[in-house]
Amino acid sequence: MPAKSVEAPGAEAAGTDDAVAQRRSRGPKSSIWSRFDHAVVPYVLISPFFLLFVAFGIFPIVYSALISFQSYRNEYPVGRDGTSINTFTKRWVGLENFERTLTSWDFWQALINTFGLFILSAVPQLIFALILASLLNRRLRAQSFFRVGILVPYITPIVASSIVFSTFFARDGGQANWILSLFGVESTYGTRTIEGLDWRQERWSAWLALVIMIDWKWTGYNALLYLAAMQSIPKDVYEAASLDGAGAWRQLWSITVPMIRPMVIFTVVLSTIGSLQLFAEPVQFDDNPASGLGGGNRHLWRTVAQLIWHTGWNQKNFGWAGAISWVLFVVVVLVAAMNAWLSNKIGGRK
Amino acid sequence: MSADTLEKPAEAPESPQPPKRNRPALLGRSPQDTPAGWVNYLLLSFILLVGFWPVYWAGIISTWKEDKVYVDGVPTWYPGPYFSFNWDIINGGVAPSYPSYDSVQFLRSFINSLIVVAIVVAGTLFFCSLAGFAFAKLRFKGRDALFYFVVLTLTIPAQLGIVGSYQIMESIGWINTLFAVTVPALVSAFGVFYMRQFIEDAIPDEIIESARVDGASTFRVYTSIVVPTLRPAMGVLGLIAAVGAWNEYIWALVAVGGSSWQTIGPALHNLRAGSTPKYSIILTGSFIATIPLILLLFVAGRQIVRGIMDGAVKA
Repeated sequence: MPAKSVEAPGAEAAGTDDAVAQRRSRGPKSSIWSRFDHAVVPYVLISPFFLLFVAFGIFPIVYSALISFQSYRNEYPVGRDGTSINTFTKRWVGLENFERTLTSWDFWQALINTFGLFILSAVPQLIFALILASLLNRRLRAQSFFRVGILVPYITPIVASSIVFSTFFARDGGQANWILSLFGVESTYGTRTIEGLDWRQERWSAWLALVIMIDWKWTGYNALLYLAAMQSIPKDVYEAASLDGAGAWRQLWSITVPMIRPMVIFTVVLSTIGSLQLFAEPVQFDDNPASGLGGGNRHLWRTVAQLIWHTGWNQKNFGWAGAISWVLFVVVVLVAAMNAWLSNKIGGRK
Repeated sequence: MSADTLEKPAEAPESPQPPKRNRPALLGRSPQDTPAGWVNYLLLSFILLVGFWPVYWAGIISTWKEDKVYVDGVPTWYPGPYFSFNWDIINGGVAPSYPSYDSVQFLRSFINSLIVVAIVVAGTLFFCSLAGFAFAKLRFKGRDALFYFVVLTLTIPAQLGIVGSYQIMESIGWINTLFAVTVPALVSAFGVFYMRQFIEDAIPDEIIESARVDGASTFRVYTSIVVPTLRPAMGVLGLIAAVGAWNEYIWALVAVGGSSWQTIGPALHNLRAGSTPKYSIILTGSFIATIPLILLLFVAGRQIVRGIMDGAVKA
């Protein structure tokens, strides 16, 4: 662009913005450039986002659909002499991978684990977040300290926190069992009695441990979302209610909860999406994550994301892994649609 | 809104009951104006303690040897003298009865993650602010439909395409390079959404209109008006993007795990591999991986809190 030096008389008075002032001195632009600026430039501005997003966000999902209709795998992941050999084969097999997915207990068990962990973690998580948010929704000293402090679990790398928690839930010498032993909890497995629990031995205790890990991480974050919604409720509603004699507890259930309902729906959607891709916690909960078993010897807590990882990268069967991801995708879409339908229904009743 | 508030006084006399005086502390005050009681502080402190304990304990164990990880009775809570020993092992040092962690390349992975965070934050801020500006203030055909598409993709977990992503990246030779973990993360639907909301609220249309009348091009409007106004929002989005990039796990594991471009997530994963894990070493790694984010929270915690809360209200 050519620099323009002629200063119009009114330029300095035009405002604080030099750029604007300089432009004014230049007079109207040529109409072709101006038309280009209005018609094409907006698309130029959004194109980096869409190009990258389509190339690395949308296309991979479509491409994994193509893969899922093929037998795309390493036929012999380990050769006869024990070394890994690269013999990838690729051929169209139609719906074989989908059939195999839907008829395998591994998949259904993983789906049950994923949904079980979702429901069992989401409900207490949102209730705790609500309580924590109403604790924060007071005139507090050191308000910023508390708000920032509850974010520590959220910013902790998920692999790191999952590793720490997997030591907490160790059978011998773990901290969770130490706490249980203070309350005199004992449990018997076969002929052996131990203090606390052998967390990885039964599905319910493994799930309980994972629920604690998930809720530890996300309660503070959700509490901040609720707090934001609570603070946008007009104060006079509370003032009127308390004049009418409504106590703190009554105010929480009769004013706060109904008024932050959109935010509750938002957090439900968020935790649905998060839970359906649960990966780090269950992987690191294993005694040996590299063994490739996933969810212990009996896959008691193996999630769908783990199954995709195991099928694709341990068994080198990408066709099957693609089919599992697509079935999961359909499930996600159905759940999201159900969420939207529910929130419309609840929202519309107001 | 204003009509409602005007009508309220007219309804007030209909209320038959006189105000009860059973809870004077709360009388006529909203929760956020009510001073917190000691129970409140006690509960909050307890919650903070629970949130911080795993990080603190990992830090403590990073200064001890294996025998302090699993103990009967009270967990180890005070620091010991072995941090430099653990640091040496984690970076490939040799000691009797410890497996070799040379192949993990922990320090290298840590630096790789710093590089990834820098690139991802820069890209996210630039591309998302460009797109957010276009969606907020420019008129063009298909704008609303395209923005609706962006919002819709917020609900699609990126992991669903992991099989396809891996194959695509492999065919263009990006597996085990930094491209695999940076390029897809350069943009985020949340970033575009957040930037659009902020720009729409923060910049009046008139300012842009008058700049245009004066002949400023669209890009000029972006650099001279939008970017200076956006600075606080960019700080917030940058921090959130940094936290996300540092904590990436499943994709980093398959895309760069085990290579010399491995990031911190897969490095921790590989520290744990092996049939005789040494938890003092693994927890040392976990603690070191957490330090940068704790520092970030310490320095910019208020901005992160504000970002989460602002983003929430606008959504």
